[in-house]
Amino acid sequence: MNYVFPNELHVTWTVMIVLYPYITGLVAGSFIVSSLYHVFGRKELHPISRFSLASAFVFLLFATLPLLVHLGRPERAFNIMITPHFTSAMAGFGYIYSTYLLLVVLEIWFAMRGDFLARAKERGIAPWICRAILLFNFEDTEATREADHRVTKFLAGLGIPLACLLHGYVGFLFGSIKANPWWSTPLMFVIFIFSAIVSGISVLIFHYFVVSRINGWKVDAACVRSLGKYLWGFMMVAVALEMLELLSIAYEQTEQTEVLAHLIRTKLFISYIVLQFGVFSLVPFFMLAITALFRLRERTAHLLIWLSATMLLAQVLLMRWNVVIGGQLLSKSLRGFTNYFPGIWEKEGLIMAAVIFTLPFGILYIFHSIVSLFPDAEKVPGR
Amino acid sequence: MPCNCLISRRTMIRRLAAGATGGLILWLFPPGLASGLERTGGAKRPYYAYAVDVSRCIGCCACMRACRAENDVPEGRFRTWVERYRVSASGQVQVDAATKDDFVFQESPADNIVKAFFVPKLCNHCEKSVCSQVCPVGATYTTPEGVVLVDGKRCIGCGYCVQACPYGTRFIHPVTHTADKCTFCYHRITKGQPPACVLACPKGARIYGDLNDPTSRLSTLLKQRRFRVLKPEMGTHPKCYYLDLDIEVI
Repeated sequence: MNYVFPNELHVTWTVMIVLYPYITGLVAGSFIVSSLYHVFGRKELHPISRFSLASAFVFLLFATLPLLVHLGRPERAFNIMITPHFTSAMAGFGYIYSTYLLLVVLEIWFAMRGDFLARAKERGIAPWICRAILLFNFEDTEATREADHRVTKFLAGLGIPLACLLHGYVGFLFGSIKANPWWSTPLMFVIFIFSAIVSGISVLIFHYFVVSRINGWKVDAACVRSLGKYLWGFMMVAVALEMLELLSIAYEQTEQTEVLAHLIRTKLFISYIVLQFGVFSLVPFFMLAITALFRLRERTAHLLIWLSATMLLAQVLLMRWNVVIGGQLLSKSLRGFTNYFPGIWEKEGLIMAAVIFTLPFGILYIFHSIVSLFPDAEKVPGR
Repeated sequence: MPCNCLISRRTMIRRLAAGATGGLILWLFPPGLASGLERTGGAKRPYYAYAVDVSRCIGCCACMRACRAENDVPEGRFRTWVERYRVSASGQVQVDAATKDDFVFQESPADNIVKAFFVPKLCNHCEKSVCSQVCPVGATYTTPEGVVLVDGKRCIGCGYCVQACPYGTRFIHPVTHTADKCTFCYHRITKGQPPACVLACPKGARIYGDLNDPTSRLSTLLKQRRFRVLKPEMGTHPKCYYLDLDIEVI
């Protein structure tokens, strides 16, 4: 046994398509954290409420970049919106993405208008950018502030179903491919939503600690503890859903079960069983459980939460890899497997992936230099 | 901050919202967008389909060479290929395809073979083609003659159709970076000539014809012989019919 259809020797969707749902997931997850504060009134999340919204924005800006790098004819990318073919799930991407981007931009505009106004009074390039962002309208009264708050809350609420739609839709792109038994499951889009939330919370925790350490700020203990608990809850649901899918495949014993079992036992054993489930799910699960259930020294609890978040970032990346690449390793002949490892320097290689993933953090830094994303931390000196 | 602006913030937001709504309407319903993208034609056209008589194929792969020459298929990609099945006494199935060395099957060790046969593969030009369904820009479409084609000038090269095709017959062309596949030699059949692979087959294992013509060889064969299609469970209604096909073939 190892017969692969001749055209399947070339893996069509590369590491760029691994990165695309990963970055989209970070968007959805970050946005949901910001909405936990703006809509659900989780006041303890205030220290990172702006940071989470700005993170959602910058990741959203770069979510399409891996797709553009991957497209055979990127100059025709806008055809997906100009001449959409609505029987295709993919045709909705441009509209869903644009709507969501518009919503996030509007929410940032309304949520941070006060900060832009404050900065706009100064002299220099950044204040001029602030004035431009404000569209050179500087009205600032009790009524406008009240209106800003109301609109922010409305947009944050509206954004939650949109965030789920954006990322659930990405899962649906894979889950609706009936030709691929590794992808074709209705659970896929639910799994994608929950893993997106996990990755979003993780990236915020990871980044919050790193930025605080670099700047010598004290992290907000209540905020981190709360994020740790949310992360624990959402990761449990995400991993449970992934295991449920595996259980369904094993239990149903369809004609594809044998070949899928072979795929898991051989090609994906390390990346799926050992790393995704064994190391990067179980270890964070126990660490987060300890921080949630026991009273630890603050420093220890923070270390465990940061480690868990870092590991869960890797877990979700592994999950994307195992879905996107794993599904293509399995031949539609159901008689064999192909191989794939991304090149280092090629157009869709690892260096390009690393650059694309790093860019949002750079933009976030520029954002922070215009308007502070951690106003609470900056007020409290020392760690 | 007292407002020293020309218009109030409320007015500004109202005007922006009105402008954006107008822009959105124009964008979604652009004036003068012709409905000339219709591809359905009139009645009485031929409706082409394909049949493979598995028992006649000798694995010479002349069809693959003809296809490559006719359609300038790039190295390492295939619009059609021939699979060799060898079944041992114990029921073990070995499958391979002659994709190298000028498409000649190589001798390879195989013990106790009790059954062997060749199966040509190509695009099934499905009636409910999933590749057409998933194409986000409508670059893949079905002609009135029932041929599934790719508009290379419209394709964005996303590869979704490659993933969606259950038969592995599509690929991204390494030069044009757009989706590519068998066209039934549309440029030939519309001039009344057979596809290159059909013409090249020395044993007449590849048959194409008009399903709308009850007297065509294809229509006659499908009435007289037993046949099956590949992966019928996919619901794609393939129009490539395999005569005398063994159960081992997927």
